[in-house]
Amino acid sequence: MQRVAITHVAQSSGMESKESLMDFTYRVNKEILDKAGLKRREVGCIVAGSADIFHSGLSCANAFDWDGIGAFLKEGSRAEESAFSFIYGCMRILSGRYETVLVTALVKGSENPDNDPITSFYGDPFYLRPVGVNESVVAAMQMRQYLERYGVTEEQCAKVAVKNLGNALFNPYADRKRRVSLEDVMASERVYDPLKALECAPKSDGVVAVLLASEERAKTLSKKPVWLSGYGCSMDHFHPGDRDLLKGQLPAAAQRAYKMAGIDDPGKQIDVAEVCEPYAFQELLWCEHLGFCGEGQGGRWIDSGMPLMDGALPVNPSGGVLATNPYPARGLYRIAEAALQIKEEAGEHQVGKKVRTALAHSTHGFGGQCHSVVILSA
Amino acid sequence: MAKEEHRIVKGQVMVPYEVALGKTWSMFYDFLKEEKIMGKKCPQCSRVLVPPRSFCPRCFEDMDEWVEVSQEGIVETWVYVNMPFFAQELKIPFISAQIRLDGSDTGFIHQVAGIDLTEFEKVREIVKLGGRVKAVWSREKKGNILDIAYFEPVK
Ligand SMILES: [Zn+2]
Repeated sequence: MQRVAITHVAQSSGMESKESLMDFTYRVNKEILDKAGLKRREVGCIVAGSADIFHSGLSCANAFDWDGIGAFLKEGSRAEESAFSFIYGCMRILSGRYETVLVTALVKGSENPDNDPITSFYGDPFYLRPVGVNESVVAAMQMRQYLERYGVTEEQCAKVAVKNLGNALFNPYADRKRRVSLEDVMASERVYDPLKALECAPKSDGVVAVLLASEERAKTLSKKPVWLSGYGCSMDHFHPGDRDLLKGQLPAAAQRAYKMAGIDDPGKQIDVAEVCEPYAFQELLWCEHLGFCGEGQGGRWIDSGMPLMDGALPVNPSGGVLATNPYPARGLYRIAEAALQIKEEAGEHQVGKKVRTALAHSTHGFGGQCHSVVILSA
Repeated sequence: MAKEEHRIVKGQVMVPYEVALGKTWSMFYDFLKEEKIMGKKCPQCSRVLVPPRSFCPRCFEDMDEWVEVSQEGIVETWVYVNMPFFAQELKIPFISAQIRLDGSDTGFIHQVAGIDLTEFEKVREIVKLGGRVKAVWSREKKGNILDIAYFEPVK
């Protein structure tokens, strides 16, 4: 079967950029093409990851995106969830029609309203919005159930923020760089009790690009291509009240990806994971659902030190979404970071162990309505 | 060296929308005016969905049977919201809760109030997972979700 490789990665810092969105987009795409030694016209096609109006202040934002990505006179398409953009790009390689595909996700979070008003617009205007629902509200409801059903403690959840913000100190592209203690997180404002301010992701800028290539082309473009070995995705009901918030679709997405990648013991076979955790406790819940630890064991899992940078299965060595949250681009950031770990190009946040297999995860929707899991291999 | 410039343009956009409720939501709100909370029952899986939908998203079949559910139920989960955000009309602090009304099979999201919300530690003593709450109606009905003013803890 045809294989797809990530040959190159480029990313911007998550901090507020003073450049215009189009220039900001161009810089990173210029950088990745220079790294690959490709001219714009030599790229097969383009898949973007960006979001309209609420995240960009532009209607039909993709029309605006094309110039900065270099898509002029090319075939292209776009998804609002950048992990989807990635898989659509992979499919274009697998179709045999293109040898290279540039996948780019972008947003300037610093330019638009806070996450909470934006995500309140996920809800309809006649039921969920009038009763005050947004992504943080549903996450807090999910967290309360997580604490009570399994006896996981608030401190164990807060440890995720301590770990990820600590890791971010070694990532030059991270947005929120601040060493925090457990006490700092626990004492931060209870914005959506039981969620505390430091357990909620910030709002970041970010452009990230990955260059995909067919097997043959990848070998000429890169000495160390990273291969797509598994992918899975699954969606849950829209209404949070129709679901058990602790039994979402991530196990289903993960199983699909693991089956394709031939993984039957994820805790042992995966070397590093980049997980999308807009709220600290979600990293623990998602790690359970990914099979890294048993049901309800997320608290013990972080206590054990396994997901720390030097642990047996480091989770979010980049600092994750708690450090850098360029909303629609964050999924592709996870994929890019997972690829960098395999390439041994992650710099100061390169994990100590040898990475042969890496997992990247993305989620969107209330309480993790939709999940994507990507497995990359050396 | 030229001074670095970071010029921005500020803007705010207001655009009108007219969103159709459809027959099922419209009837649900008409029932609220009569102080009735109605769900729809799926002919296939027999679940009663509140709020009602015209079709069961799980079975993907039409749901035609209206069923009145209890005005009391249990708190499945809740959050104490202490964060104001743009376009949010509720005054903080408020409690958002997912409530399983007796006779229904889904969580209904609404507010829990009718108690002193100013001190979180006291709230935590009263609002609990599995605790019972009952609907309190707005005196003036507008045919919308806030015709139920809130749910209050049952003593
Ligand atoms: Zn059904």
